Amino acid sequence: MNYQFEFGWLLEYYPQIVKGIGITVQLIAVGAVAGISLGICCAWARALGPAWLKPVVAAYVELIRNTPFLIQLFFIFFGLPSLGLQLSELQAANIAMIVNLGAYSCEIIRAGIQATPRGQFEAGASLAMTRFETFRHVVLVPSLQRIWPALSSQVVIVMLGSAVVSQIAAEDLTFAANFIQSRTFRAFEAYIVSTIIYLVLAILLRQALAIVGGFIFPRRTAR
Amino acid sequence: MIEFTIWDILRNLLLATRWTIVLSFVSFLGGGIVGLGLLFLRISKRKSLRSLARYYIELFQGTPLLMQLFIAFFGLGLFGVDVPAWLAAGLALILWTAAFLGEIWRGCVEAVAKGQWEASASLGMGWLQQMRYVILPQAMKVAVPPTVGFSVQVIKGTALTSIIGFVELSKAGTVVTNATFQPFTVYGLVALIYFALCWPLSKSSQILERKLNVAHRNH
Repeated sequence: MNYQFEFGWLLEYYPQIVKGIGITVQLIAVGAVAGISLGICCAWARALGPAWLKPVVAAYVELIRNTPFLIQLFFIFFGLPSLGLQLSELQAANIAMIVNLGAYSCEIIRAGIQATPRGQFEAGASLAMTRFETFRHVVLVPSLQRIWPALSSQVVIVMLGSAVVSQIAAEDLTFAANFIQSRTFRAFEAYIVSTIIYLVLAILLRQALAIVGGFIFPRRTAR
Repeated sequence: MIEFTIWDILRNLLLATRWTIVLSFVSFLGGGIVGLGLLFLRISKRKSLRSLARYYIELFQGTPLLMQLFIAFFGLGLFGVDVPAWLAAGLALILWTAAFLGEIWRGCVEAVAKGQWEASASLGMGWLQQMRYVILPQAMKVAVPPTVGFSVQVIKGTALTSIIGFVELSKAGTVVTNATFQPFTVYGLVALIYFALCWPLSKSSQILERKLNVAHRNH
C-alpha cells in the first residue's frame, strides 16, 4: 500500500464543511422542536383523543416506523410534486425529519402518558382543572420528564439519519463530504473527517438535550 | 414511449426485494455473531476489554450508518482492495448491527439477578460455565423481543446501501422511477413493500414483550 494520508488540504474546503455543519444543525433543530411537538399532539390523540382519531394516528405511526427514512424522503421530494406540492430540497428534508421524529416520539411520549396513574387525572379534576389543564400540568410534564432520556436518544438517531438528505441534494455535512470527495478523490480523508464531526455533533447534541431537560424539568417530581 | 403497468413496476420491485431480504438476513446473522463477541468483551472482568467494546459501540452508534458505508466502500478501495458494493454493504451493516445488538444484549445480561452469579459461583462454576448454563439462558428470554424489534432497524438500514450502488429494493425504486416517471406510485409501492416486511416483525416483537411481562408478573 503506498497511499499517503493528507489532511492539510481539507482546510481549503472549510467553508463547505462549515456550511454543511450549519445545515445539519439547522435541520435537527427544526426537526427536534417541530417533531417533538407533533409527537406530543399524536401521543395525546392516541392516549386520550377522540375514538375516530386513534386509528388514524396509529396508522401514521406504524407506517413511518416500518419504512426507511430514505424512502420517506424520496416520497416527499419526488412523489409529492405529482400531487402539485413542489418542495425545495431543504423543505423536503425538514418535513421528512419532522414527520419521522413525530411518529417515533409519539410512541415514546405515549408510553410516558400511559404510565401516569389514573388517580392523577382524578386529582387534577378534583382541583377544578379543565381537561386541557390537567393534561398540560399533571400528565404531560411529568411524562416528558420520565421519557426524556429515551426521547433524547431518538433525537440523536434522527440527527445521524439526516446524513441521508444529501441524496436529494440538500447541502448538509454529508453533501459537503461528497463534494470534497468528488473534487479531490480523497474519499478516505473526507469521510473520516466528516464522520468525526458527526460523532462530535452527536455528543454535543446529547449534552444540549440533557441541559434542555434540566431547564424544562427543574424540580424533581415524585414518581 | 413505453407504457408501464402497475404490475410491471411491482414485479421489478419484488424481484429486487429478495436482495433486501438476503442482505438483511446476512447482516443480522453476522451482526449477531460479532455482537455476541462484543457482549463477552463488554461484560468481561478485564477493564481494558470492557472499554474497548464500549468505544466500539459508541463509535458505531454515534456516527451515521451512511458514513460507515461510504468509508467501507470508498475508503477500503484505497488500500488496494477492490471492494464491490455488496461486500462493503454487508461489512458495514454487520459491524453496525453488532454494535446495537451487543448493547441490547448487555442490558439483558445485566437484568439477570446478581444472586444468580453468586449462586453459580458458589457451585464452583467458571466464568464461561456461568455464562453458558446460568446467565445466558435467562438473559436470552428477556432478549428476544428487543432483538426481534431491532431486526426492523436492520431491514430499514439496508435501504441506505442503495446509495453506494447495491441494487436492492430502494435502488430498484430509483431505477424504476427513472424509467417510468411515476415517483408517487413507485415510492409508494416501495414503502408498502418495506412495510410488509417490517410490520410483522414489529408486531411480533410487541406481542412477545407483552407475553414476557405476563410471565414476569406470575413469578
